[in-house]
Amino acid sequence: MAEYQNLFTRVQVAAPHYHGVPHARRGIWGRHSIGGVSHLLGRLGDAQVGPVYLGTLGVMSLLSGFLAIEIIGLNMWASVNWDPVQFIRQLPWLALEPPAPSYGLSLPPLQDGGWWLMAGFFLTLAILLWWLRTYRLARKLEMGTHVAWAFASAIWLYLVLGFIRPVLMGSWSEAVPFGIFPHLDWTSAFSLRYGNLFYNPFHALSIVFLYGAVLLFAMHAGTILAVSRFGGEREVEQALDRGTAVERAALFWRWTMGFNATIESIHRWAWWCAVLCTLTGGLAILLTGTVVDNWYLWAVEHHVAPAYPQVFPPVVDPATSAGVMP
Amino acid sequence: MSMLSFERKYRIRGGTLLGGDLFDFWVGPFYVGFFGVTTALFSIVGIAMILYGAAIGPTWNLWQINIAPPDLAYGLKLAPLREGGLWQVITVCAVGAFSSWALREVEICRKLGIGYHVPIAFSSAILAYVTLEVIRPVLMGAWGHAFPYGIYSHLDWVSNIGYQYLHFHYNPAHIIAVTFFFTTVLGLALHGSLVLSSLNPKKGQVVKGVEHENTFFRDFIGYSVGSLGIHRLGFLLAVNAGVWSAICIVISGPLWTGSWADWYGWWLNLPVWN
Repeated sequence: MAEYQNLFTRVQVAAPHYHGVPHARRGIWGRHSIGGVSHLLGRLGDAQVGPVYLGTLGVMSLLSGFLAIEIIGLNMWASVNWDPVQFIRQLPWLALEPPAPSYGLSLPPLQDGGWWLMAGFFLTLAILLWWLRTYRLARKLEMGTHVAWAFASAIWLYLVLGFIRPVLMGSWSEAVPFGIFPHLDWTSAFSLRYGNLFYNPFHALSIVFLYGAVLLFAMHAGTILAVSRFGGEREVEQALDRGTAVERAALFWRWTMGFNATIESIHRWAWWCAVLCTLTGGLAILLTGTVVDNWYLWAVEHHVAPAYPQVFPPVVDPATSAGVMP
Repeated sequence: MSMLSFERKYRIRGGTLLGGDLFDFWVGPFYVGFFGVTTALFSIVGIAMILYGAAIGPTWNLWQINIAPPDLAYGLKLAPLREGGLWQVITVCAVGAFSSWALREVEICRKLGIGYHVPIAFSSAILAYVTLEVIRPVLMGAWGHAFPYGIYSHLDWVSNIGYQYLHFHYNPAHIIAVTFFFTTVLGLALHGSLVLSSLNPKKGQVVKGVEHENTFFRDFIGYSVGSLGIHRLGFLLAVNAGVWSAICIVISGPLWTGSWADWYGWWLNLPVWN
């Protein structure tokens, strides 16, 4: 009974590349063969690598993304006096920071945040072009556009952080810097400045959906792997023509917790859980500083958090000395 | 009987780990089994203790109910009920209930002749919980190092413990755990979307199958992990999110007591930079 715990492919079948379902060729673009066969990938999933379809949107998106990363990287390199060794050594600490608060929403000189604005512009352009491509590719194959709309939810959070909220606050300085540790510093500072984001109910919801999505994926992936000996991973077929794999998968959850999804509905649960994570996350950021200045005080006022005694004297926000409005 | 149309032929005896035929029955849709009984017992006692703790506490405000572990002065000793003893009983009940639930899942897997993937994945969540509430407090020598039971009080705990290490985002295992969490959500969004987009094309178009799913992802990013592979990937990502969460908290205190931002000194001082 327990000898078949499907986790890795032990025997790989060598087969010719599958070029994919044909779609109408437009202009100069076709599918490009890349890679070939990867044994390691074949251990986990499909061994075939490529082909890829880039198209005009894909090429433009990659170019914009390359420009953005180039601007970020060269600025970071310049910040260590073009020393290649220090660039590698300090890379996790290096940053391309947004303009100072005094610039507001105006266009700053390049070295004072102008590069940040330009990198942000090209990164946003790359992401939006990639979204368009996601939508068009689905339509080309006559599939639904669910991937594109889920992606849109992630873009919403990205735009709130880097564009919508800074515009509402009237200053690019509110946005997130580019850099590994610098963006973590920003996150901490943001939470401290606005009275601890844990008291922000939309932040709490976002984390619920984050953990919920991980829980759901563990449950769903575990279930499908457990019934893969009955062909459970052929989900579309199973959704339309239920086999013993789906019956056992459904009964597992019914017997465990009294309720089961169907093969189609579990993917709807999954889709909404993942999409709501960034959707509520975006709301959490959008309301912070624009509508609510201190989430702890907000929570006390709404009888969510208890009022703790003040043990330290009030301090002046150090950011005000740099021109940030209190 | 609350049975699905195809359910009767699957309701067979056997597959139990403990208790033989004694608890081998269903109540409504629920399978019972020996571990169903222990789950129920632990849950009832645990929830009753939580309600008792709330009743003797200062508030019935759902957000503010708080049952704290014993004071650090008690070390690893048993504390009086009102001084954290309740927290200790609830923790025993929680660990008992979670483990019973996992073992009951194993029995159901055996009954249905399917793999043990779900209880194994669930074990990583239990591991994270036990690490927070038992392993780390034991390593640090006091139950007072565990988090309290309460909606906002446990968030306060997370906040406070984070700032004890000055900047928890710098904890390398925390970075890995968060990356696994975010990647799992990304993977779930992509997988859910892809299946839905195959099943729900525009009105009038036919439902698509695996060829289209693979083609879409190869067109999209140049690689399709496949319909079996995505579930292996999702399983590994989700389980790793739990395991690395456990690692990131168990090293905070027992292994590293300073600021996590200072941990990277070894990197900055590698001899290769000279």
